[in-house]
Amino acid sequence: MDEIVKDFLIESKENLDRLDQELVKLESDPSSKELLSSIFRTIHTIKGTCSFLGFTKLEKLSHAGESLLARLRDGELSLTPEVTSGLLAMVDAIRLMLAAIQETEHDGSEDHAPLIARLADLRNPPASASKPPLPVDSSAAPLTPPTSSSADSENAKPVPETSAVPAVLEEELADPSKLGGLLLQRGLVTPKDLAQALHQQEIGRKRLGEILIEQGAAHPEDILAAQRALESRNPEAAAETIRVGVSLLDRLMNLVGELVLARNQFLQLRNRLQDTNFLSLSQHINLITSELQAEVMKTRMQPISNVWNKFPRTVRDLARNCGKDVRLEMEGQDTELDRTIIETVKDPMTHLVRNAIDHGIELPEIRKQVGKQPQGLLKLRAFHEGGHVHIEVTDDGAGLNRSRICEKAIDRGLVSRQQADRMSDREIFELIFLPGFSTAEKVTNVSGRGVGMDVVKTKVEKIGGTVDVHSAEGKGTTIKIQIPLTLAIIPALLVTSGGERFAIPQVSLLQLVRLETGKAIEIVHGAAVYRLRGRLLPLVYLNSELGLVTHPFPETSDTAVSIVVVQAHGCEFGLVVDEILDSEEIVVKPVGKQLNKISAYSGVTILGDGHVTLILDIPGLARRARIISGSQDTSQKSNHPEATGVTGSQAFLIVESGSRRRMAIPLSLITRLEEFPVSSIELAGRHEVTQYGGKVMPIVRLSRVLSTGGPASTPAVPDDLLQVVMCSESGRSLGLVVDRIVDIVNENLTIEPPGHRAGVLGSSIIQRRITELLDVPALIHEAPASASEPAATAEKGV
Amino acid sequence: MPSTQQFCTFFIAGHCLGTSVAMVKEVIQFQPITRVPLAPDVIVGLMNLRGQIVSVMDLRRRLEFPERPCGQRPVNVVVQARDSAVSLLVDEIGDVIAVQEDTFEAPPVTLHSFVREMLRGVYKLPERLLLVLDIERVVDLENFTHGSVAAIGTNLYKAHATESPRRVQ
Repeated sequence: MDEIVKDFLIESKENLDRLDQELVKLESDPSSKELLSSIFRTIHTIKGTCSFLGFTKLEKLSHAGESLLARLRDGELSLTPEVTSGLLAMVDAIRLMLAAIQETEHDGSEDHAPLIARLADLRNPPASASKPPLPVDSSAAPLTPPTSSSADSENAKPVPETSAVPAVLEEELADPSKLGGLLLQRGLVTPKDLAQALHQQEIGRKRLGEILIEQGAAHPEDILAAQRALESRNPEAAAETIRVGVSLLDRLMNLVGELVLARNQFLQLRNRLQDTNFLSLSQHINLITSELQAEVMKTRMQPISNVWNKFPRTVRDLARNCGKDVRLEMEGQDTELDRTIIETVKDPMTHLVRNAIDHGIELPEIRKQVGKQPQGLLKLRAFHEGGHVHIEVTDDGAGLNRSRICEKAIDRGLVSRQQADRMSDREIFELIFLPGFSTAEKVTNVSGRGVGMDVVKTKVEKIGGTVDVHSAEGKGTTIKIQIPLTLAIIPALLVTSGGERFAIPQVSLLQLVRLETGKAIEIVHGAAVYRLRGRLLPLVYLNSELGLVTHPFPETSDTAVSIVVVQAHGCEFGLVVDEILDSEEIVVKPVGKQLNKISAYSGVTILGDGHVTLILDIPGLARRARIISGSQDTSQKSNHPEATGVTGSQAFLIVESGSRRRMAIPLSLITRLEEFPVSSIELAGRHEVTQYGGKVMPIVRLSRVLSTGGPASTPAVPDDLLQVVMCSESGRSLGLVVDRIVDIVNENLTIEPPGHRAGVLGSSIIQRRITELLDVPALIHEAPASASEPAATAEKGV
Repeated sequence: MPSTQQFCTFFIAGHCLGTSVAMVKEVIQFQPITRVPLAPDVIVGLMNLRGQIVSVMDLRRRLEFPERPCGQRPVNVVVQARDSAVSLLVDEIGDVIAVQEDTFEAPPVTLHSFVREMLRGVYKLPERLLLVLDIERVVDLENFTHGSVAAIGTNLYKAHATESPRRVQ
C-alpha cells in the first residue's frame, strides 16, 4: 500500500475518533464556533485528501457532510439531535470505507446514497424548521437547549455580514489558526474593520494584529489574548512529537529489561570487589539504569482517555436507544496505564458503561417518580493509588436489588435460601459475577447487571486486577476496578520445588505458612488438606503437579512443610513447595511458542544471577489440579465445600450418628447440606418439621430412627446448630439430622445384607470402616407426607 | 555454472544434517538449561541467550534418533524460525559448506514419512549425504502428535491428567 494512503488512513482514523467526541460535545454546546470549525476542518481535510487519492465515493459522502456542516457553521441551520445523528452516521460510514480501503485499497462497493440523501435533506430543511426546532419531546431532546436563542443572537451578528463581505473573510473564518477569524468570532473587531485590515496586510506586508491596533479597530490586550489562545489551541504544532512504531517501543522495553538484569548481576559482582572507583562507577550505572527504566516505561504509558474517548458517543447512542437521558462525567482522563493493560480493560469498561445505561439508570419518568433528576448521571473516575490504577464506574440508577439476585441465585441452585439469608450484601452482589448469572434475563431487566459480568471479572483478573461492586438500592451502583500499573515488571515470590526455581506472581499470593511437621496435613480420599484457622485448605504439591516426582504426593512426614497460600478466581488453595526463597521484581517474558500450550506457566524471567525461571500461572495450575474447574468459577467453594462435587451415581456421603456409627447416603438423593438452629425445629402433631425454602419439611433424627441407643443427641441449647442432610426422592423431601458429616467417597460398594434393621439396606466397608447404607426412600416414605399446600402462598410471601 | 548455496552442517548419530546459514543465529557450546516440567520431552528446557529466552530442543529426540550416549556434551545450534529463536541440540558441529544445486534430490521415499516431512531434501556430497532440515517444520510442535517420542510425551501427560480427582471436602 502506498505510504501516502497509509498516512491518510492513520490520520483519518484519529480524526474520526475526535469527530465523535466533538459532535457529542457540540450537542451540549451548540453555540461553540470553535468546535464547529474544527469539525468542519476535519471533514474538509478528509474530503480533500480522498479526492486527491481518487476515492470518489468517500469524497461524495464527505462532501455531503461538509455542505451540511457549512450551513451549520454559517448559522443558517441550528443543530438538532437529528442533524447530530446524521453526522454521526456519516462518521460511521466513513469509518467503514476506511476499513475497506485498508483491506482492498478501494473505498468499497457501497455508495451510501441513502445517507447522502439524508444529509442533503438535513441541509435543506422545510422552511419552518430552519428556526430552532420546537422541543417536541422535552425529555427525549434535552440537548436542544434553551440557550440556542442566545447562541443564535450571537451568530446573528456576524452572519448576515459575512455573507456580504468578500471571500477573504470567509477564508479567515474557516481557518481557525488565523487571527482574524478568532477576533471576528469573539466579536472584538467588526467584519468591516477586518476586511480593511486584511486588505492593508496584503499591500503593506505588516502583521494583521499590528494593523488592527494601528487602526484602533481592536485593543492591544485583545489581540495578545487572541494570539495566545491560537498558540494553545494547536498543541500538536507547538509540542514536538514524532510517531514511533509500537514494536520499536516494545523492543526498547525489552532491552531495558535486559539492562536491568545485567545491572543486577553487576551489583552482585560489585559486592565482591573492593575497588572504590569501581564502586562509584557501578553506583552511577545503577542510577542511570533505574532512571532509564522509568522513562522507557513511560513511553508505553497511555492516558486512559484513549479508551474513554469513545464513551461520549456510546453513551449518547445507547441512551437515545433506551429512551433515557444520561449525562457522562469523566474524571482523571489523563491517568496513565501500560499499553497492554489499556487494551485489556477496553472491553470490560465498555461493558460496564453499557450495563450502567441499559440496566442501571432508570427511564426519565421513573426517575421523576422517585424524586430524582430526570437526567441520569454516569461517572467514570480513574486515579492512581498504592501502585495500582483504580477505575470506578458509577451510576445514580436503581442499584442492585438484593432480593431479586437472591431469588435468581436460589432458582439456579447456586445457593440455598438459608445460605442467602446469612450472606452479606457484598457476598450477594458478588453473585452477579458468576457465569450462570449472565444469561439471567429477569435479573437484567429488573435490577440490572448480569450480561457478561463474569467476562468483565475474568478479564480484569487475568491481568492481576480485582473487581468490586458497591450498590445501594434506589441510589445507584459503583463498580470499582483495581489493576496493576504495568504487566512488564511484577513483584514475585521465588520458591523451589523438585530442585527447580519458580516465581509466583505477588498478586495471587495470600500468605505463607510453615509447618514444623508434615503431620498436620490430613489426607482425605487421596486429597491433602490442611486446617488453616478452622477452614480446610486444599493442598497442591507443586512437585507432583508438575510431574517432578512420580508418586501422587509425598508421604506426610516429620519434616517441615512450606505452604504458599494463593488464590485463583476467588478460590484459595495451598501450594506445597520445597523452599521459599525471596521476593524479587521480575521482568516478564513470554514463554516460547513450543511451550505456550502448557497451562501451568504464565511466562518466563531471568533472575539476577542469569538463571532462567518459569513464572507459575496460578489459575492455570488450579485448573490442572482441579481446584477450579474449566470455565465454571467455583468461588462459592470456600463458603460451602459440601456443595461441590455432588455428582456421580456411586458417590456417597458418609455421616456419623449416635455412637460413632457410620452411615452412607447416596449423593444422588441428597439435595443439600444445611445447618439449622435447634430453635427452628417446630412440632407438627407428633412429628418434627422445619420451614425450608418456603415449604414445610419433615425432619427425622437419624439416631432415633435407627434407635442406636447412643447418648441422647438432642442438644438442649436452642442456638446449637443441627447438621441436616436434605434428601429428596420422587418429589418428596426429608431432612435427616446427623451428628457429623464425615466425607464424600466414590465407591463401588459390595453390600452385605443387613441383620433386620429398619432404614438400613445393608453394610459395607468404606475407608476401612464398617459403614451402613441408609435406605433413604424408605425413610422418606415413612415420614409424614410433607405439607406442600402452604408452599404456594409461602413462596409468594418471600 | 550451477548456483551454489551455503549450509551450516552438524552431526547427530553419525548423520550429517544441515540448514541454510541464513537461518542460523549462532552456534554455542552447551549452556545451563532450565527444565520445563510438563513440556513435551523434545523440549529439554529454556536457555538464557544474552537476555533472550530460547527454547532448547533435542534434535535427536525430535528426529527419533536414539538417545545421546551419557557423558557426551551436545552443542547448541541457535536457529531463527519465523516467530521465535530455538536452540537445537546436536552432537557435533561441522563446517559451513557450499553445495551445488544440481546435487539436490528430494528425500528418499523409503524414509519414515514423519522424518521425511522435516527434511527439505538431500544433497549428494562426494563422501556423504547432507540432509537439509526444514527448520520451520522442526520447531513447530503445533501438530506434534505423531512419532514415538511424541506418543510417550502425550501418554505421560495423559497419565498425569487422569490421576484420581482431588476432591476436598
